[in-house]
Amino acid sequence: MDSRAILAEIPRLRRYARAMLGDRAAADDLVQDTLERAWSRLFQWRAGSDLRAWLFGIMHNLRVDQLRRPRLATQSIDEDDFDVPTRPTQTDELELRDIESALNHLPDEQREVLLLVALEEMRYADIAATLGVPIGTVMSRLSRGRERLRLIMNGEHASTRLRVVR
Amino acid sequence: MSALPVTEVDLQAWVDAALPEARRGEVEDWLAAQPAEAERLRAYQEQKQALKSLFDPVLDEALPERLSALASPPPAGAIERPPKPLLERWSLQRFAAGVLIALVSGLAGWMVHDRYPPAENLAGTSPLPHQAAVAHAVFSPDVRRPVEVGAENEDQLVAWLSKRLGTPVRPPKLGALGFELVGGRLLPGNSGPVAQFMYQDATGQRLTLYVSTENAANQDTAFRFAKEGQVNVFYWIDGKFGYALSAGIDKSRLARIATAVYDQFERK
Repeated sequence: MDSRAILAEIPRLRRYARAMLGDRAAADDLVQDTLERAWSRLFQWRAGSDLRAWLFGIMHNLRVDQLRRPRLATQSIDEDDFDVPTRPTQTDELELRDIESALNHLPDEQREVLLLVALEEMRYADIAATLGVPIGTVMSRLSRGRERLRLIMNGEHASTRLRVVR
Repeated sequence: MSALPVTEVDLQAWVDAALPEARRGEVEDWLAAQPAEAERLRAYQEQKQALKSLFDPVLDEALPERLSALASPPPAGAIERPPKPLLERWSLQRFAAGVLIALVSGLAGWMVHDRYPPAENLAGTSPLPHQAAVAHAVFSPDVRRPVEVGAENEDQLVAWLSKRLGTPVRPPKLGALGFELVGGRLLPGNSGPVAQFMYQDATGQRLTLYVSTENAANQDTAFRFAKEGQVNVFYWIDGKFGYALSAGIDKSRLARIATAVYDQFERK
């Protein structure tokens, strides 16, 4: 594997990690872990395949491992038929209108897809392969994520089904 | 006019300019008659633009040395990890250039490696150092009640913690290194109780030893180092025991203490 090719991907990995994690140091730690794992898994790399997708896939898996670490029996309810309540900081409208903080109100699965589309401009099929999910899942996460982000940015509650009746 | 009904997938793909030319025209015709939907999609396009302008500057930031260095294969052993039982790929490559048999057995090793997660993964993702560092950060600044049972009742402390952990635990003696026992407490771990012993030196610097007995995986590790904010942590796993030594002191001093603790537990 070509060092120059990897070097060219590092800024992209950093941008995505920064957007996912918000925190600069944590993001660079994730990038470092990703590169270290990539080198130690070089045997899995198939020459000629998409280096970027491979690296992003590694980063995704590391992140999943990280999230799993707190060992509580948690279950993703992204795919379920109801909306996840967002964190209870919704009162601060100014903060919510800020796209960065709005982004943090999205479930991880949705944020991931949204960022791969917006920042990486990856094709839907490549995102599906990178995340290891069916393309239909990618599309529904993208659609939900965008809509949720829009509602938050508009200062509306992100949950469309649990509206407060006035 | 449209051959096919416009779906949500079409709309998303329209936002991302991912539709084939012909379909795009159809979707745009449809949108012309759906101002609310057109408005929604415009908001999505703005989001996309806003995210790009927010994060694109990261692309131009200078790469930290620790990242740019990793564009090249790290020298074996440079990454701080316990010794790996199996060959690294780059050494595998060297073998491949040479002996075919080495390559075959190396690959076989990797297949096994894939099936059984290596110690590196277990230890690397161990919650132990994080939990220990948090426990340290919570209790060590406490002036009035840093421990539940003080060192003056060491026998009681040992009996109590041993009973609750279900195995004998005894605080190591670190007087020779300048740290005296303050006492200890019981904390919740992942699946049961863990013990924390606290020490203090003449300057008031505190050190905590976190002892968990929940390591069912039985994967021993070498000393490992972690840093959580201001807190340095040395930890190791020995059978079912996980030990983590945390303090806001420098790494080399903490390493000496960790070695002393390890020696005392080994002698036991």
